[in-house]
Amino acid sequence: MTDTPAPRHIPDRLDKPLSSAIFSWEALLVVIAVAIFAVNSFASPYFLDPWSLSDLTFNFTEKGLIALAMALLIISGEIDLSVAAIVALASTMMGMAVQAGAGTPVLVLIGIAVGLACGAFNGLLVTRLGLPSIVVTIGTMSLFRGIAFIILGDQAYKGYPESFAFFGQGYVWWVFSFELALFLVAALIYWFVLHRTSFGRRVFAIGNNPVACQFSGVRVDRIKFILFCLTGLMSGIASVLITSRLGSTRPSIAQGYELEAITMVVLGGVSILGGAGSILGVVLAAFIMGLVTFGLGLLNVPGIVMSIFIGLLLIIVIALPIVWRRLREGRFA
Amino acid sequence: MKNFLKYREIWLLAGIVVLIGLISTRFPGFADPANLRQVFNDTSILMILALGQMVVILTRSIDLSMASNLCFTGMVVAMLNAAHPAIPIPVLIMIALAVGLVLGAINGFLVWRLNIPSIVVTLGTLTIYRGATFVVSGGAWVNADQMSPDFINFQRAAFLGIPVLSWIAIIVIGLFFLVMTRTQIGRSIYAIGVNPTASVYAGIDVGRTKFIVFCISGMIGGLAGYLWISRYVIASVEVANGYELNIIAACVIGGISIAGGIGSVGGAVLGALFLGIISNALPVINISPFWQMAISGSAIILAVVLNARGERRQGRIILRKAEAA
Repeated sequence: MTDTPAPRHIPDRLDKPLSSAIFSWEALLVVIAVAIFAVNSFASPYFLDPWSLSDLTFNFTEKGLIALAMALLIISGEIDLSVAAIVALASTMMGMAVQAGAGTPVLVLIGIAVGLACGAFNGLLVTRLGLPSIVVTIGTMSLFRGIAFIILGDQAYKGYPESFAFFGQGYVWWVFSFELALFLVAALIYWFVLHRTSFGRRVFAIGNNPVACQFSGVRVDRIKFILFCLTGLMSGIASVLITSRLGSTRPSIAQGYELEAITMVVLGGVSILGGAGSILGVVLAAFIMGLVTFGLGLLNVPGIVMSIFIGLLLIIVIALPIVWRRLREGRFA
Repeated sequence: MKNFLKYREIWLLAGIVVLIGLISTRFPGFADPANLRQVFNDTSILMILALGQMVVILTRSIDLSMASNLCFTGMVVAMLNAAHPAIPIPVLIMIALAVGLVLGAINGFLVWRLNIPSIVVTLGTLTIYRGATFVVSGGAWVNADQMSPDFINFQRAAFLGIPVLSWIAIIVIGLFFLVMTRTQIGRSIYAIGVNPTASVYAGIDVGRTKFIVFCISGMIGGLAGYLWISRYVIASVEVANGYELNIIAACVIGGISIAGGIGSVGGAVLGALFLGIISNALPVINISPFWQMAISGSAIILAVVLNARGERRQGRIILRKAEAA
């Protein structure tokens, strides 16, 4: 196993955890994914069934869609903790529209528009007032979910039209669900935008050195605003999917999604300090998290214990290259 | 006078007085000393937690695992109490502090020795500690009737007319005040937040200091674990779920800069009080508690906007930002 150089268009991670130690981050993720896949297929006879593998994808597609946009945001040096609250608010608005008798196209439009509006609100607060995004989005997280709680109280909205169920439950071809197809298409689009366009290069540049960017004429604030809008938009789309899959809206919907999406992004090799990362890594991390939760689910491991594995996975994968490098250099303190 | 008005604590205090005044117009008994004592007591745990979070944030780090630590430690002491009711409460509190310390030290070690950003470390331990609570308890709850009367009544006992819980909060506030203003470690914590590089040259061991602040926030989380469980007399995996953000919110409202280096004990305490008053007032003035999240969310955003006006200084924990030329 020799060093594979990082792809040309991706700047090295700030601390070069693995590319300099063994091989690329993405390769490590592939190895982990294959290992978990193998363990799963040995551990449960039901795992390798195509329909069961198809079910697996529902474990990560919704959070994965959010993680794609979140990756760009974190690469640019910002963060959005309000994504799950946006999902809840968008879902609540769709629920209200259903009560008013809205049809499927209107519902989808509302979900996406509410997501976009929330993202724009975050973006405005961060860029216009120059506030740290981590605090702004802690605030809007309570605000958005709070509005959902005010509207819904402790009840739930049901009665979504039958055609609406397609987004979260439908299949486009054989075992390929609409959710998975949408996730893969979105991943391709985000890959293209981040790694093949000047917009993507600017996102990296802002994360690496915002001051230099500002001075070289990059409209830092405008790009950050667009990234917040994108994250809101993806949360709106995720809201349509999850609402359609569950067929109901509760104010506690998507609780904890923000941390899972961020975990996917970080696990995917995006530096939390900004400036480095790749979409391929995020997609692989999304698959890994889906595999872990699904595999443990087949083994009847309760959800809360799965979170131990996700947490350990996050810390071990981040720590591994650092420990490895220190061991090689013989200076592990 | 002008200097006096520069202090955020004065503004916060004024805000709290106005808030109490407004609530009193709807519910006259609210400003009653007995009721205010009650509000203070209800907010004690949040104040203690906010202080623990404050020292972490001051060093440009963040501890997202505090609520999970609280949940785990609370479960451990509750189970110990249920199994061995003879263990005296002070010993249980020591155990809670020790368990919390270990959990905090794990965070601190990963941040110190492996240089992993604290937001990543504590994001991981947030889920690990809560999962560990399930593992130790097997998913079972510890109910009020399994806890010994001492366990439940200790913090409710009145001393000089004030419950022990409030006294614990007062002692913790006093200790933090002394440490932050009168000791070397307190100065080091501020120094690291203001300028980590300069701190290294000034002879401060940045990594070790960060390790210490995580140990402090861990111990605080553990202490709050006992207090929380004995106050709400139920230990389950769901305890304080999502509460880590309330703690950070209290700090932010209290004027502690998330970019590190700025903040005070008084600020953290008043920030927590502000949130505590809101949550106490809503039911008595007949506003549905469902409004609580939206109101505290707006308060946080307002506080950040005011913070930014006050500071106009850019530093950060998770990012570096373009200083607009």
